[in-house]
Amino acid sequence: MAKGVPLIEARAVSKDFEGANKTRFKVLSDIQLQIHEGEFVALLGPSGSGKSTLLRIIAGLVPPTDGEVLYRGDTFFGTNPGVSMVFQSFALFPWLTVLENVEMGLRYARLGRDEKRNKAIAVIDMIGLDGFEGAYPKELSGGMRQRVGLGRALVMEPDILLMDEPFSALDVLTAENLKRDLLELWQERKIPTKAIVLVTHSIEEAVYMADRALVLSRDPAKIISHVPITLPHWRERKSEPFTRLVDELYSILTQQKDARVSLQEETEVKLPRKLTLLPNVASGAVTGFIELVDDLGGKVDLYKIGDSLALDLEDLLPIVETCRIFGFGTVTSGDFELTDVGRQVADATVLDRKTMFREQALQHVPFMERILWVLESKRNSQMPREFFLEILQKSVGEEEAETQLDTLISWGRYVELFAYDEDSKLLYLEDVDETQEGGE
Amino acid sequence: MNQFLGLLRSPHRVSWADFVVAIFLCGVLFALIELGRGMVVPLPAVGVTVIHLSPLYLPYYAGRSLLRMFIAYFLSLAFSLVYGRIAAYHKTAEKIMIPALDLLQSIPVFGFLTITITAFLALFPGNQLGAECASIFAIFTAQAWNITFSFYHSLTTIPQDLIEAAEINRLRPWARFTKLEVPYSMIGLVYNSMMSFGGAWFFLIASESFTVLNKTITLPGIGSYLGEALARGDVAAVVYGLIAMTVVIVLVDQLVWRPAVAWSYKFKLDQNETADPPSSWFLQLLRRTNWLKATGASVWTPVAHTTEALIIRLESGLRPRARTARRAMAGRVMAWLVVVALLLYFGQFTVGAVREIADMGLLPLLSVIRLGFYTFLRVMAATILGALWTIPLGVAIGLNPRLARIMQPLVQLAASYPTNVFYPIIGIVFLALHVNFNIGAVPLIMLGTQWYILFNVIAGAMAIPSGLKEASSILRLRSVERWKTLILPAIFPALITGGITASGGAWNASVLAEMVVYQGHTLIASGLGAYIDEASSVGNWAHLIWGLVVMSTFVVTINRLIWRRLYRLAETKFHLD
Repeated sequence: MAKGVPLIEARAVSKDFEGANKTRFKVLSDIQLQIHEGEFVALLGPSGSGKSTLLRIIAGLVPPTDGEVLYRGDTFFGTNPGVSMVFQSFALFPWLTVLENVEMGLRYARLGRDEKRNKAIAVIDMIGLDGFEGAYPKELSGGMRQRVGLGRALVMEPDILLMDEPFSALDVLTAENLKRDLLELWQERKIPTKAIVLVTHSIEEAVYMADRALVLSRDPAKIISHVPITLPHWRERKSEPFTRLVDELYSILTQQKDARVSLQEETEVKLPRKLTLLPNVASGAVTGFIELVDDLGGKVDLYKIGDSLALDLEDLLPIVETCRIFGFGTVTSGDFELTDVGRQVADATVLDRKTMFREQALQHVPFMERILWVLESKRNSQMPREFFLEILQKSVGEEEAETQLDTLISWGRYVELFAYDEDSKLLYLEDVDETQEGGE
Repeated sequence: MNQFLGLLRSPHRVSWADFVVAIFLCGVLFALIELGRGMVVPLPAVGVTVIHLSPLYLPYYAGRSLLRMFIAYFLSLAFSLVYGRIAAYHKTAEKIMIPALDLLQSIPVFGFLTITITAFLALFPGNQLGAECASIFAIFTAQAWNITFSFYHSLTTIPQDLIEAAEINRLRPWARFTKLEVPYSMIGLVYNSMMSFGGAWFFLIASESFTVLNKTITLPGIGSYLGEALARGDVAAVVYGLIAMTVVIVLVDQLVWRPAVAWSYKFKLDQNETADPPSSWFLQLLRRTNWLKATGASVWTPVAHTTEALIIRLESGLRPRARTARRAMAGRVMAWLVVVALLLYFGQFTVGAVREIADMGLLPLLSVIRLGFYTFLRVMAATILGALWTIPLGVAIGLNPRLARIMQPLVQLAASYPTNVFYPIIGIVFLALHVNFNIGAVPLIMLGTQWYILFNVIAGAMAIPSGLKEASSILRLRSVERWKTLILPAIFPALITGGITASGGAWNASVLAEMVVYQGHTLIASGLGAYIDEASSVGNWAHLIWGLVVMSTFVVTINRLIWRRLYRLAETKFHLD
């Protein structure tokens, strides 16, 4: 690996977002990273971990709250002069043709009109869109649109190509095809790009493409692991070294959850109790998952089950996390195992299941207990939503608080701890009689 | 997408800025009056315009009217692009500019016509240019706020990824404006332009022939032709005029707005093809005309390339400047200084206005509020009556897709037809039948505004998902139940949208509809509209300003107390995805 002045260097970068009531919420904390010439780096992390924010800070689209980003050893103002970017949503201008979209990257290049055009056409040929120069993005399939996005980035001949989950909006086959083409351009030096940074939540994608994976934790994000990937290209997904690396990354990603206890110190707001964040998952998904694991013998390899269910990490991890919080299962080195309670849930009837969920929720989700306590201590047994929202906002920020409260309410309704009226936005306790009648 | 909705959409609550803006506007008005006051006596002899009633003159008059409409439209568009962009990107300016827009959009601009006319007449004494400008300005005020709100709203909702893509491609302001901001806003801009342009015909007719300070000023145009024909009782000429009016409205719709709307769908952000995009035969024709394409390629393309190259060279000279904290601070201080200076300057006029109004005495002041209440009742009656007959009809049309496709454009044309040309005609009927004009004014107001409700109800009924219709058939809902559980909730948002538009239009119409003059007969309904009309034609400024203040307060209060709440309800509870 070429050393010397790194292409990109992030020094002690951190980022706060401001929430309601002037609360600040830390998404990135003390990020140090260097990207050198010839590197293909993958940024891995659970959803909401701030990996996309980190990419935007590198790109100069978002200013860091603290710290600095250097390009070839120098600071820069505004957009990083050495980068271009490919977006998850493609971010094409729908009113411009393929050619015009690609030419957009050359607008201020010191070239004549014809030179610009030839260069853009050459790039379009390279990315395999020959013949579609005059088409509008809406006439293209998703894969072809992302090729335009790639073309628009490459035509600028950036030193560093930043990619923000470029394959996650595509179907599996299209994504595979595009990954191979990109790797070929990169491996065979068909593009002058000197480094690639790929943000992804797919471990397999990272292991397949990158030379190095940086694993981020969340709330706030820190780099918790550097994993070099030295397998030679083209990599065989079924090979033993490949799956071992994937498993290793899986366990790093799932175990770092415990690192999250530090939440309270970071936000400098002291809550009387520990705040456990519930992932936004429907109860049906959790019970379905538990039943499935039980059928498979009570223990599964997360990577394999994700693969066979065609669920990526983004979808699977929240379910696993919810099971863990409720005490239905444990995670050890990439494996998920049901606890005794978990096994009982798998065999229980619908009604018993609710009771078990209720008990586990009260025991393991302190905030749920707190809501119940507040409602019980009120004479009219009701409380407006905003009351709880404000408490949550102080520790998790505005946006997260909304989702968190919605999740809590949906669980509270499911286990029949309390009820909620959307019109008046009130949480309330149902009459005891009514609850029994309302049971299934 | 519709008139008056910007106000209800905007999240801001009543704040100090609203009061500052209200005082500021009051000051501007009074400053205009001060400007016009110099010419109170004698009114300079504007060359008397003779209106010929021969139908041969009609194309010329129609042309003059159209010219006014389009000049006003392009001014509105330019204003919108500048105002919207400043408001969207400068936080300090936004705090003042958006409440101002809110206020301007909801107050009945009609009442202000006289004030602006006197100011323009003073600017160009003894010259018809003043009257021309005044007319164009009146049309401008009917169009600008709406388009501006649409552009501002679009700018604040550009998706983050497109903004980032523009930044990654280092687009400078002009490129950003032309490649991202305007295209992204295009559908809303064109649609609102069409709606505003349609609404402005009413203002054109009213502003071509007006009485100010007991003098009648006439501009050659289709409105004044009709006015003259009515005044002389020339039935044939009235018919010619109405036909010409209809032809002009239909032509503009078919040759300008339909093609523009169909063209604007090119800018749809949703990357999937729309199932049923609007189409236009004229646009199709233009797109298939070869010689047009050839001329385009040989004339337009080189010009475009040269300008583009020039702009890029100019842009490249612009280096992005570091936005240091100190510079940002300086900018903010400057902005506030400008605001304060303007406030102080116009504030002194406000003081003058308040002093004159105070001289009127308490009882007359209060009686104007009573008049406002009468007009409020009329506006509400017109809106509710309009809703009562349009709901069943609109639903019947909307549930029949083929009929709806034919009727919807027709209803929209009806909504843009300047119904004020009929006021004197209906006035004759009322006189003959001895109708109490206090009630008779209601149908006059309704005449123009009910179409907005019909138009929206049709759209709402068309949008009822077929799944829900099928479910209600499977459940064997009786017709009462069907209306209660399916149709009324489903069209509720559209109904509210229509109601807001209709009631906004009704306040404007009341200024003309509560006082109808025909061949020496004057029909007056007791109300704020008539009060304002009378005050302006005799030039009683204190009365006029107080009338306008009361009317604006009524409109703003009702919007906030009733319409905004209903709109929220429609957006949340009755929203169909």
